[in-house]
Amino acid sequence: MSEFREKTSIVDARIPEGPLANKWVDHKNHVRLVSPGNKRRIDVIIVGTGLAGASAAASLAEMGYNVKAFCFQDSPRRAHSIAAQGGINAAKNYQNDGDSTYRLFYDTIKGGDYRSREANVYRLAEVSASIIDQCVAQGVPFARDYGGLLDNRSFGGVQVSRTFYARGQTGQQLLLGAYSAMSRMIAKGGIKMYNRHEMLDVVLVDGKARGIIARDLNTGVIERHSAHAVVLASGGYGNVFFLSTNAMGSNVTAAWKAHKKGALFANPCFTQIHPTCIPVSGDHQSKLTLMSESLRNDGRIWVPKKKDDPRKPVDIPEDERDYYLERRYPAFGNLVPRDVASRAAKERCDAGYGVGASKMAVYLDFSDAIKRMGEDVVAAKYGNLFQMYEKITDENPYKTPMRIYPAVHYTMGGLWVDYNLMSNVEGLFVLGEANFSDHGANRLGASALMQGLADGYFVLPYTIGDYLADDIRTGPIPTNSSEFDAAEKEVKDRLHKLMNNGGTKPVDYYHKKLGKIMWEQCGMSRNAEGLREAIVEINAIREDFWKNVRIPGSADQFNQELEKAGRVADFIELGALMCQDALDRNESCGGHFREEYQTPEGEALRDDDNYAYVAAWEYQGAGVPAILHKEELHYENIKMVQRSYK
Amino acid sequence: MNLKLKIWRQKGPKDNGKMVDYPISDISPDMSFLEMIDVLNDQLVEKGDEPVAFDHDCREGICGSCSMYINGEPHGPGRGITTCQLHMRSFNDGDTIHIEPWRAAPFPIIKDLVTDRSAFDRIIQAGGYISVNSGSPVDANAIPINKQNSDEAFDAATCIGCGACVAACKNASAMLFTSAKVSHLSLLPQGEVEAQKRVLAMVNQMDEEGFGNCTNTGACEVECPKGISLEHIARMNRQFLGAAISHSPEKGGGGGE
Amino acid sequence: MAATGLFLCIFLLGHLAGNLQLFLTDEAGKLQFNAYALFMTTFPAVKILSYLTYFSIVFHAVDGFLLTIQNRKARPTKYAYSRPDKNTNFAARNMAVLGSLILVFIVLHMRSFWYEMHWGELGTDAAGNRDLHTLVMTSFKNWWYTLIYVISMGVLGFHLWHGFQSGFQSLGLSHPRYSPIIKKTGYAFAVLIPLLFAVIPVYIYFFG
Repeated sequence: MSEFREKTSIVDARIPEGPLANKWVDHKNHVRLVSPGNKRRIDVIIVGTGLAGASAAASLAEMGYNVKAFCFQDSPRRAHSIAAQGGINAAKNYQNDGDSTYRLFYDTIKGGDYRSREANVYRLAEVSASIIDQCVAQGVPFARDYGGLLDNRSFGGVQVSRTFYARGQTGQQLLLGAYSAMSRMIAKGGIKMYNRHEMLDVVLVDGKARGIIARDLNTGVIERHSAHAVVLASGGYGNVFFLSTNAMGSNVTAAWKAHKKGALFANPCFTQIHPTCIPVSGDHQSKLTLMSESLRNDGRIWVPKKKDDPRKPVDIPEDERDYYLERRYPAFGNLVPRDVASRAAKERCDAGYGVGASKMAVYLDFSDAIKRMGEDVVAAKYGNLFQMYEKITDENPYKTPMRIYPAVHYTMGGLWVDYNLMSNVEGLFVLGEANFSDHGANRLGASALMQGLADGYFVLPYTIGDYLADDIRTGPIPTNSSEFDAAEKEVKDRLHKLMNNGGTKPVDYYHKKLGKIMWEQCGMSRNAEGLREAIVEINAIREDFWKNVRIPGSADQFNQELEKAGRVADFIELGALMCQDALDRNESCGGHFREEYQTPEGEALRDDDNYAYVAAWEYQGAGVPAILHKEELHYENIKMVQRSYK
Repeated sequence: MNLKLKIWRQKGPKDNGKMVDYPISDISPDMSFLEMIDVLNDQLVEKGDEPVAFDHDCREGICGSCSMYINGEPHGPGRGITTCQLHMRSFNDGDTIHIEPWRAAPFPIIKDLVTDRSAFDRIIQAGGYISVNSGSPVDANAIPINKQNSDEAFDAATCIGCGACVAACKNASAMLFTSAKVSHLSLLPQGEVEAQKRVLAMVNQMDEEGFGNCTNTGACEVECPKGISLEHIARMNRQFLGAAISHSPEKGGGGGE
Repeated sequence: MAATGLFLCIFLLGHLAGNLQLFLTDEAGKLQFNAYALFMTTFPAVKILSYLTYFSIVFHAVDGFLLTIQNRKARPTKYAYSRPDKNTNFAARNMAVLGSLILVFIVLHMRSFWYEMHWGELGTDAAGNRDLHTLVMTSFKNWWYTLIYVISMGVLGFHLWHGFQSGFQSLGLSHPRYSPIIKKTGYAFAVLIPLLFAVIPVYIYFFG
């Protein structure tokens, strides 16, 4: 039983009836349509222009809807999807290794530690192949072999090669594809693009999402924008930890404002910590850099057997090294999934065996690989990554082992959506990383890009019509209603409060403080006591923030401190909810590891009898515990088993 | 390390700006350049001054946001890097560092080091796409693509749209940016279909935005964080001439010197 | 710009071929050169080429001038601190200045010889042809006049150093296999052609 207030109503995901493999096709065949003539009379707002937002904007505009797209960056091309390195999964079976929709579906459910929705994940696997077709048609230059056909690599511990890639820049190429599709529709007038605009509230009229309040970041002008539906594709909230691999601007604000207006926030505590990142080098650090997961194919991870060993890594003899992943997981060795590898590194460092100046790092060693394959082959495979590492750390990975440490990378949690990707607020759709998504408690490598594009190109364009079919006679939504007045006033009051509180501390001071608590208490491992403390501390930070933050300049100009302040204010509230969710979930699953719930060997211990549900939280006010809504997860096609990598 | 910073400060688009001196101390050589600016900004906020506005986002060299003209070069000293990938160990204790925004008529200054690069978006909107709708394209392997062309298209497509090419060019020309997209799409069979229309439209838009002409100095290639080659400019020139002769009578201009 | 530039490169080759005859400073050389000069000013096909050359020079200069104005407009505010030497070579940065100097030289050069050949008061040689040869020989006995020529050829060398391969690039005549050859040819052209042009007056000054 949850210690938090619970609604008896179980959230209905409105999953279509019928056998798993037919659900999506049947659903598509029966959803209502909006005729081409009527689409012209319907406006859709899309917030965020990453893979999900850009692909949705382009697709809806092509269909004839009037799209208004918003991004806080100076161009939609800079959304953080651009930084994804590894690749995108698709069940194409081009390599003839027995891949299929079912296998991709199964791997994703299992990888997510049985905390995602069967029907959604199956649909994701089903449309995955079309994504590749679409992207190639747009001119995305995926890697090819000499026969001119597409190449694949294997990724993230699955047993088939289904990952399509464009060197180490797959996210960039996919995003530029979606961006170009969007640009085409901007030129044709189908999309009105609002660069450097930040959504600061969603406006509900008669309980339906009918618009947003946005701030023009160049001028500070607060604007009203109306539409028949609002689509949030605003990304994940990893920056709640201050240090993460997310971009500096990545934020939860759009999703959080929707949450405050009634949208349920699901599984907020499910965060993915990526095991191979460049470690923190000092207090000045502003962000963390990911090193591709592919490095673990040939690199060996170890720490010295002796605590605080002062020797250089190359001087430590073989028998005094602890290859702890190979020791603990002989079957998978260095290739265990991300969550397992991350926790194991933390365990060694916490026990005092960490390396480097901070002692919060482990070695990733290529000396064996260089001996086995030769430096040339290693350079051909990983040269650009080694170069990136050397640029940042000034150390040569060919000569001395890399130092790595886990870092926050992706958030599986997000706004709750039904099968149609609509939140519990009517007309408010949520796509990509911003929704609570298809990844359960842990995401597999190369699946984020797949989900973002699936939502935008192949799911929303069909499902949104079912909702908008009711709006063909509504006409334009006026922006002079009392609802818009109230929302705008709320936004302006809040900005006024931030600008005029007479404080003394920069925004980063609070962000760093919040991040430290989140990382320590709600990071790679959590326990009830720590989480309870964290909630108290976070509430104290919130109060201090609103009293003592200082923002120079004014609100009616370009003001980056003000932008940051608004985002951090929302992160603070989110942080408390994440801790609450982590405290509620008395089990360990995927990225969520509760120290009280582990096997004697220290592995995650799931509790399917009591926690096979999506925890969807209803906002009750800052500092007030949210109310829990449960969506029970039913597995009709897959048997739930304990993951083992031994 | 201790440094003397000289930074361009400009309150708004219509204000006059000037270089302002900021001494800064205790900078770690491991910091990135932008982290050094973060330190300065926190100090400014604590004093009640306005922090230096600058564009930045991913801080790993791929989003193309960061855009500082450092010690007389876009993205500072060092090759194949963006400003966020520049580290303080590239400087010496006691150095003076000059920091300015990109300077080009089509990139008006918004504030301090922040410029408006939407001209690049409009060049892409003019034709930097393949006209295909979402829905039911043919199978991805239906058209094999020669690996060499595919790789070359990829090289062109790695452009991050940062604008260093324009900033470096003595003529503030956007030829490298524009040609990278023209080249990327025309090298692929899917994009080849509308190649002529594309090159004319994109070059025309580039000229309308007010970018300067290419005089082949090669500064763009040297300063490009992604090492995009002048080869793409030559390809665009070739296609532009061909298209201008055979496709349409409209005067493009600016395709070459 | 590129097309006229490359055409003028071809012109330079032709001009040089004619000039090489000036190494013959004796009476036979005089007759040969003056006959050649007559041919060059009267033969119809050559006349067409020469009009093309005048046009190219004017177009190249005017276009260069207009482009320079446009390029200046593209950056109305200069950088307070700039280090173009870090990413470009001297010639590439200074084509307009180099070109302007060359234009001044061309005016001077044409006044000295071309104008005189067409409308000046020249004597005649033994064959009855207008004696341009003697004018050339006496002109280059003047040290400062020779020096101006030598310097101008240096300027031309820099202009060609960048201009030759730049012309190919602008016309899109580029290929991974041939472009390196074009570049090397361009550098050789930029050094050799002006050098040979410059050697002639120096030779005349010392040995003519």
